[in-house]
Amino acid sequence: MEQFTGRVWVLGDDIDTDIIIPTEYLALKTIEDMKQYGFSPLRPELAGQIQPGDIIVAGKNFGCGSSREQAPEVVKALGIRCVIAKSFARIFFRNSINNGLLLIEQPDLHDHVKEGDTITVTVNQDVDHNGEKYPIASLPDNLVEILNAGGLVKAMQKRNGIHK
Amino acid sequence: MGQTIIEKIIAHNIGRESVKPGEIVTVNVDRVMLDDIMMPFIVNKFNEMGFKKVWDPDKVVMIYDHLVPASQQDDVRHYKVGDAFAEKYGMKHVHRSDGICHQLMTEAGYVKPGDVVFGTDSHTTTYGCVGAFSTGIGYTEMAGILGTGTLWVKVPETIRVEINGTLPENVMSKDVILRIIGDLGADGATYRALEFSGSAIENMTVASRMTMANMAIEAGAKCATFTPDEKTAEYCEIELNDFQKNLKGDADAVYLKTLKYQAEDFVPVMACPSQVDKIRNVTEVEGTVIDQVFLGSCTNGRLEDLRSAAEVLDGKKVAPFVKMIVTPASRKVYEEALREGILEKLIEAGAIVTHPGCGLCCGRTGGILSDGERVVATNNRNFLGRMGTSKVEIYLASPKTAAACAIAGKIVNP
Repeated sequence: MEQFTGRVWVLGDDIDTDIIIPTEYLALKTIEDMKQYGFSPLRPELAGQIQPGDIIVAGKNFGCGSSREQAPEVVKALGIRCVIAKSFARIFFRNSINNGLLLIEQPDLHDHVKEGDTITVTVNQDVDHNGEKYPIASLPDNLVEILNAGGLVKAMQKRNGIHK
Repeated sequence: MGQTIIEKIIAHNIGRESVKPGEIVTVNVDRVMLDDIMMPFIVNKFNEMGFKKVWDPDKVVMIYDHLVPASQQDDVRHYKVGDAFAEKYGMKHVHRSDGICHQLMTEAGYVKPGDVVFGTDSHTTTYGCVGAFSTGIGYTEMAGILGTGTLWVKVPETIRVEINGTLPENVMSKDVILRIIGDLGADGATYRALEFSGSAIENMTVASRMTMANMAIEAGAKCATFTPDEKTAEYCEIELNDFQKNLKGDADAVYLKTLKYQAEDFVPVMACPSQVDKIRNVTEVEGTVIDQVFLGSCTNGRLEDLRSAAEVLDGKKVAPFVKMIVTPASRKVYEEALREGILEKLIEAGAIVTHPGCGLCCGRTGGILSDGERVVATNNRNFLGRMGTSKVEIYLASPKTAAACAIAGKIVNP
């Protein structure tokens, strides 16, 4: 079972896509150009503080708002290993899976974890926080297929007979 | 067993008698909408995926609206990438300066009752106003549809909203949907369909239904559905067929829950900074001084919205320290408002009328605000930083309320 450990950043409820990446930066050429502005309306310093492998733990309705796929791409480009939230908005959820960003729904962890804590995720099983284990559910099969292919682009390449 | 509207649309689309909530099915896409801001990303993903042709160029509608006219030099790149893509794969439906995508999709006849439609913008839920299943997706999924003509969807559970009676004179459909979002919460309909019914809904214009379908996403909904009727048929310039006529929730359909309202109980409301579900009666926030008023967007930039505001402003003046910005939703709305004398009334009252487009609503152009400023706006989101800096306070309201506030220079009940 895949397992990883990371440092936690704690965010609240209803973290919308305008917070994750404001519209004024959406037409920058690349996600690399955009990522420094991630979360800037809420915490301008956060993008510079996140280290590869860190984990975001948030409240309910993470990723609500617009359909901008730059949002999960920026989160991934910042090096976030996965986002654990009480719940996710639906377009953000689909976009994340399609880009290979792991999202985990967990209703209780957010109420107990503090920023800077370390947690260990065992995929499809649980999250371990100071020995306390929080159970997590498995994804539906069709989404596991896309994740296993490495995202929707790779799944389509496979369909079109392209091997990269 | 009876079915809800969304279940009927999905079942019909995939050639089945019925579907059940929770089922994952692959639908055949009737129409897609691609907007300018996502264009280079869609084209890149499409190329990366290795497709050699677009599944059906006639079903593809490309609309430049967020970045028109360009406010940054690099915006032009988005039109160029779009134009080259349309040229290469034979897309004919390209709108370069005709207005906001969600206005054009039904106004220009691209969406009919019962259609399955996806767009690269979250407010794609708008086309539920004519009884279509429409929702927003990201650019990678759009690239996949362009190649395959299909997408997987999970059949959503349905929340029924029934409103009977007659709305008070100072209440618009914007007040109704804001109240419902407040009651459901910003995630209260996540993954679900909202189905609207009742005599107050039947009495509404298609434009008023559009405002409600547009904002369904603000409660997290996958889609909003309205039963197509004679008004829908006239608006879409079609005769309803048997399938379309039958797009109503059956008496024995299964709903997750039903919210019932009496129309007479509604009052003018606002979504207060900075959550769409932070709904207060206008009377509760009366007296708050404002700097700007915005009338426009895919939520409330239609002819009836401009007309309502003009009636309030007729012969009066916008407060001298308030900038009132009016953005018609489309070229057609602009022309009709001009012909009807609505724009004249608005301009005489002291409003600034801008070109149709997304501009101010997404904080891109045409009146963005700065620290400490307050705006009463008719669009759909009051998120931090949405219309300027993160220290701007955005109050979402109906066109009537917005117009009354513009005159008073502060929040007042219309």
